[in-house]
Amino acid sequence: MTVEQIAKLLDARIICGEERADHEIDIAFASDLMSDVLTLKEDNVLLITGLANMQTLRTAEMSDIQCIIFARNKQISEEMKELALENDITVLECRYSVFRTCGILYQAGISPVF
Amino acid sequence: MHFEYQIEGGNFTRAGFASSEIKKKLKQLNVDLGIVKRTVVATYEAEVNVVAHAYSGTIYVDFDEEKVVIRLVDEGPGIPDIEQAMKEGFSTASSTVREMGFGAGMGLPNMKKNADDLQVSSEVGKGTTVQITMHYQNPNNK
Repeated sequence: MTVEQIAKLLDARIICGEERADHEIDIAFASDLMSDVLTLKEDNVLLITGLANMQTLRTAEMSDIQCIIFARNKQISEEMKELALENDITVLECRYSVFRTCGILYQAGISPVF
Repeated sequence: MHFEYQIEGGNFTRAGFASSEIKKKLKQLNVDLGIVKRTVVATYEAEVNVVAHAYSGTIYVDFDEEKVVIRLVDEGPGIPDIEQAMKEGFSTASSTVREMGFGAGMGLPNMKKNADDLQVSSEVGKGTTVQITMHYQNPNNK
């Protein structure tokens, strides 16, 4: 599924990385605990989180995560956006809860990491 | 090649800057991306630990033809029982650290999982030194 299709399903806004909207995503992981995200060995994982701070972006950078959905209506700061742009990370903001976001994406065929 | 980076205790906004720089340099050296990821995940965990627990620290990075050695030396409270700190789930992190998405007692175990070699030494009341060694071509790629 592409980032664009995901954004449509979740009624989410693509904050940055729109030029990569055709990027394909197959697996996702949801967590507010960055320590858990850092244990993932898989690449090209979509991260769904409600934790909006600089370390979310840094964790994505180190874990080679190319797309993050900030759920629960969390909004990212300008500083976070700059870091996302610098590292080619696509960022979406979504009004839905993490549970609802995950439910919609799971139903649409996105697989869990484990 | 030798590089040094300063870390400021408590400054979470800047945490990860050094790991990010190391990642760029490893990519320039055309190191396998899986090894790059393991290196920067281990380094970032260690960098976050310095920010979370110490007053200040320095990262010394030495690249040679076969490997990179990353040494994080901090001035801080130190670790009284390293064996206990290496156990998954053991944490002394503050609520501020937990609010940043860390402090679940997974840092040191995850560093060990990712590093080719990890050395931790500490003196209570003085500080901690963490050394991560990564080979560019590891026959036992984890």
